[in-house]
Amino acid sequence: MSYILIIGAKSDIAKSVARKYAENGYDIYLAARNSSELEDFANDINLRTQKTAICLDLDILDIASHESFYNRLEEKPLGIISVAGYLGEQDKAQVDFNESKKIIDTNYVGIVSLINIVANDFEKRKSGFIVGISSVAGDRGRKSNYIYGSAKAALTTYLSGLRNRLHEANIQVLTVKPGFVATKMTEGMDLPEKLTAQPEEVANDIFNAQQKGKNVLYSKWIWRWVMVIIKSIPEFQFKKMSI
Amino acid sequence: MSLRSWGNYPKINNRSFRFDGISTLKKIIENNNKLIPHGNGRSYGDSALSENIITVKPHDLFISFDDQQGIVHVQSGVLLSEILAALVPRGWFLKVTPGTKLITVGGAIASDVHGKNHHIAGCFSESVEMFNLMLPDGKIITCSKDENTELFKATCGGMGLTGVILDAKISLKKINSKFINQTTIKTRNLKETFEAFENNKNKTYSVAWIDCLAKGSELGRCLLMLGDFRDDGKLDYKTKKKLNIPFNFPSFALNTLSVKAFNWLYYGKVKETISKQKVDIDTFFYPLDSLSNWKRIYGENGFTQYQFILPKETSFEGLEKILKTIADSGKGSFLAVLKLYGKANENYLSFPMEGYSLALDFKIEKGLFELLEQLDKIVVHHGGRIYLAKDVRVSKIIFEQGYPQIDRFRALRKKYNMNEKFNSLQSQRVGI
Ligand SMILES: Cc1cc2nc3c(=O)[nH]c(=O)nc-3n(C[C@H](O)[C@H](O)[C@H](O)COP(=O)(O)OP(=O)(O)OC[C@H]3O[C@@H](n4cnc5c(N)ncnc54)[C@H](O)[C@@H]3O)c2cc1C
Repeated sequence: MSYILIIGAKSDIAKSVARKYAENGYDIYLAARNSSELEDFANDINLRTQKTAICLDLDILDIASHESFYNRLEEKPLGIISVAGYLGEQDKAQVDFNESKKIIDTNYVGIVSLINIVANDFEKRKSGFIVGISSVAGDRGRKSNYIYGSAKAALTTYLSGLRNRLHEANIQVLTVKPGFVATKMTEGMDLPEKLTAQPEEVANDIFNAQQKGKNVLYSKWIWRWVMVIIKSIPEFQFKKMSI
Repeated sequence: MSLRSWGNYPKINNRSFRFDGISTLKKIIENNNKLIPHGNGRSYGDSALSENIITVKPHDLFISFDDQQGIVHVQSGVLLSEILAALVPRGWFLKVTPGTKLITVGGAIASDVHGKNHHIAGCFSESVEMFNLMLPDGKIITCSKDENTELFKATCGGMGLTGVILDAKISLKKINSKFINQTTIKTRNLKETFEAFENNKNKTYSVAWIDCLAKGSELGRCLLMLGDFRDDGKLDYKTKKKLNIPFNFPSFALNTLSVKAFNWLYYGKVKETISKQKVDIDTFFYPLDSLSNWKRIYGENGFTQYQFILPKETSFEGLEKILKTIADSGKGSFLAVLKLYGKANENYLSFPMEGYSLALDFKIEKGLFELLEQLDKIVVHHGGRIYLAKDVRVSKIIFEQGYPQIDRFRALRKKYNMNEKFNSLQSQRVGI
């Protein structure tokens, strides 16, 4: 058997990723808080693909638990895909540090803690891959979501450094930067159709990029160019804009 | 982002509510009117459009599979393609499948869809062991051919107007190959086409592609495709990669000339009168699914499909008139599909009846609806009816004449207050 460990397995992207990997012959660890809520989904994966899906309790904010979480896995995963994230509310975060902290801890601190542990194991074994879902929001800070964006920027930098470190051990690190995705998280937002991906599309992109050994993935691909443009706007102008 | 249906017409503003849990669904229904469930938007017209739309696709779990009896229990947002991907490799296929596998189980039940084997296997409802339905008051009722039969007969073919189908048990048929032995018969006119259908009534799958622009002595010439599953044990089924038509074609690209060219290409490909091919499931059942967004060829304004059925007794005469009218109008369509159907079932609004059905695509343009109204008259004059799953413009009068059980359906809608909660643009137009 060959397990892929999916962190933050309740999100729509995570579920699509889980199905995609199971369809392609992998077994799945689904890690999330109150993971028993994922039992029906695990059963679905098994019925669709005849692969095993196991639900595991994991709180990304409970740093102290991460080591034992990973040690308890009898069969170590072939790869880890971290989809955990928390968009939060920018307005609230500006006035309530608890909200800021939750955004930073969920999108960055907790993930660093967990991936550190996995990375050390992979490095020792000289095999494995690491996929981290960051965001285009981390490419440039904007007033509408810079707390979230800055946490994602930190994650992107972390993954880039990790890739550099693990290159010698032949371990792939893939940074994924989705743009808009039509999910529970974005329900009710009026997203532009051409720039918005379905979760299955993102999952396909992730699977293909991971299998091809890629380093950085924008999904949809057009976001790479959207961000090139956004990053090229001079700061004196950018600071006056509302985008 | 407003939802559209397959024909890209009409383009209306709507709000969508995501169905991903029983309790949220209850609230959605409680708090809104003019609701309609929306599966995968493969209905051509306005069946799945309204001010408020319930998107069912996220409700998409497999619940169980009984591999002895071949019964799969799934939530209503599961696509037929997903059932095939999971179960063809294990030797199971749908008893009834339409010409696209990209529809939800809920949509298949709500349109009581049919396929190339209707003359033998009937509609999709034949394969429905049971389903759970949420009524306007939030109650969940189990319906089957033996339980709550009135709601069963209304919901199969009921176009989402009786409530939301939550999950269903679908019984499958055993197969031992992913390949089909296909026989193609070329006919020279409508008379030969009818004879070919009648002579091959015992073949499991049959459908004909009609050259709509042929006139005079060639009127009604076709390629009749017959098929049945092989028995070679090859079940390693994988969906093919899609080809993309990457942008909306300019409307002028679809003038009579290009349709003519297309028709001739297709027609000319088969040289012999009778030829045999070995084809796979996707090629035989779902030729259009491999061209993702093929409909873009119809341009920005959208398109519609006109599908009607005529009772057997009047089929020949009626079809002859209709084909003439279309050929004279010069508004040809790529796809004109003719099929012989078996007996009608008891569901209140199911489309099929024993006779012949023709389906054609038309680009939305000036003068089209006038032409279709002309055709409507021929259809009802010959005792036929129009398929709601494809329709976007039929009038109340024409619709009612085709569906004699409509008053039963209306009465049931009243009884359960369905008419207060569930309405589509289509149901309002035709007064259901
Ligand atoms: C290329 C192509 C080929 C086709 N070939 C055939 C064919 O051969 N035979 C045939 O019969 N049809 C055919 N169709 C039509 C198609 O099968 C039907 O329109 C089908 O209902 C579409 O299902 P959907 O999931 O996309 O639903 P939608 O189009 O989203 O909705 C269709 C109807 O189902 C209702 N509905 C959807 N989900 C639910 C639910 N959970 N509960 C209650 N109501 C619900 C909607 O309210 C609406 O009235 C074809 C369509 C295309 C695009």
